[in-house]
Amino acid sequence: MQTPEQIKDRILAAFPDAQVEVIPNGSPASQPSLLLAPTQARQIAKFLRDDPALRFDYASNATGVDWPEKTVKEKVKRKKVVDGVENETEELVERKTPAFLEAVYHLYSMALGRGPLVIRLRTANRADNAALPSLTPIWRSCEFQEREIFDLFGIFFQGHPDLRRILMWDNFVDHPMRKDYVPADAAEVLP
Amino acid sequence: MNQQPQNDLTRQGVVLTTVEDLYNWGRKNSLWPLQFGLACCAIEMIAASMARFDIARFGAEVFRPSPRQADLMIVSGTITKKMAPQVVRLFNQMPEPKYVIAMGSCAISGGPFRDGYNVLQGIDLYLPVDIYIPGCPPRPEALLEGLIHLQQKIAGQRLTGPERPRHLDANAPGEFPVPEFGPHDLVGPRLHEDA
Repeated sequence: MQTPEQIKDRILAAFPDAQVEVIPNGSPASQPSLLLAPTQARQIAKFLRDDPALRFDYASNATGVDWPEKTVKEKVKRKKVVDGVENETEELVERKTPAFLEAVYHLYSMALGRGPLVIRLRTANRADNAALPSLTPIWRSCEFQEREIFDLFGIFFQGHPDLRRILMWDNFVDHPMRKDYVPADAAEVLP
Repeated sequence: MNQQPQNDLTRQGVVLTTVEDLYNWGRKNSLWPLQFGLACCAIEMIAASMARFDIARFGAEVFRPSPRQADLMIVSGTITKKMAPQVVRLFNQMPEPKYVIAMGSCAISGGPFRDGYNVLQGIDLYLPVDIYIPGCPPRPEALLEGLIHLQQKIAGQRLTGPERPRHLDANAPGEFPVPEFGPHDLVGPRLHEDA
């Protein structure tokens, strides 16, 4: 079994300019994932599928995650010079993390009996630039699942052969799985 | 009519009844349900039609695959908003006299999925429900109980007067408005507004 770090090194050996980051997972599953740059994703996905040592020939699952803007409080150490004496003080600094949408793919290798490898792609933001390259040309099984991500999260998959809504009706305009979505009939909920 | 002379006549081989009783007797004992299921309640509905529970004992075993031949719509399961227009359209295609049973929490109110983005909050927003059967899902016995209650309701109907059934009332609606897909939700008139 190759670890994500080893797979990352293998990707970097093939594409020296690739931006690949291993995202740790703090949950009990502790399943780390690889974050790919959207511009290089199609190339690297093809490499993951075709490389004889990896052969991730099966994408079992594709899903979306919505990461809204969050304020993170961090303690920052600063040096201050007061009356000629250098003091180190801690300050609480609030920082806003950018909002983005994420597409997550679970890959398996049927040929080598390995997996899953989790890869992630992130959009630039949640509003006007929520586009990612489609991985359907690499793995056919992503077709319906990317349509579902498009329907429920609003990620536009460029290069998808048939990007239509799959669960909601065609003239529906919202994306119900986004965190800020409020159902139209929410006011009718019983007390 | 008095029961005593009627019984005497029956012993002689003569049956006396009223048109109303005969008509209602015929209606209540041959309720043919429409053969369709929406979710897990449909599994209980299927179980009710099988040998162990045997809905045939109540004359309702003839599940018809066409709405043109059905009298009873058993709404068995969660109605998604995307499915709601088709359910109403199927009901409109059934000939009168026709009845609706809302089977299970979802068909009554949306049930555990009420807050879902694609779940209709009860089929009674668009269809005139005769019998509500609570449960998640209701057991087959509960469906049979609901069917018996529907039969009692039919048996007690007067064919004339203000309480007459819908198909004998020229002013009653023959069709129910089919909801349409809007940009955020289903649009179109509803039978009642949710409280």
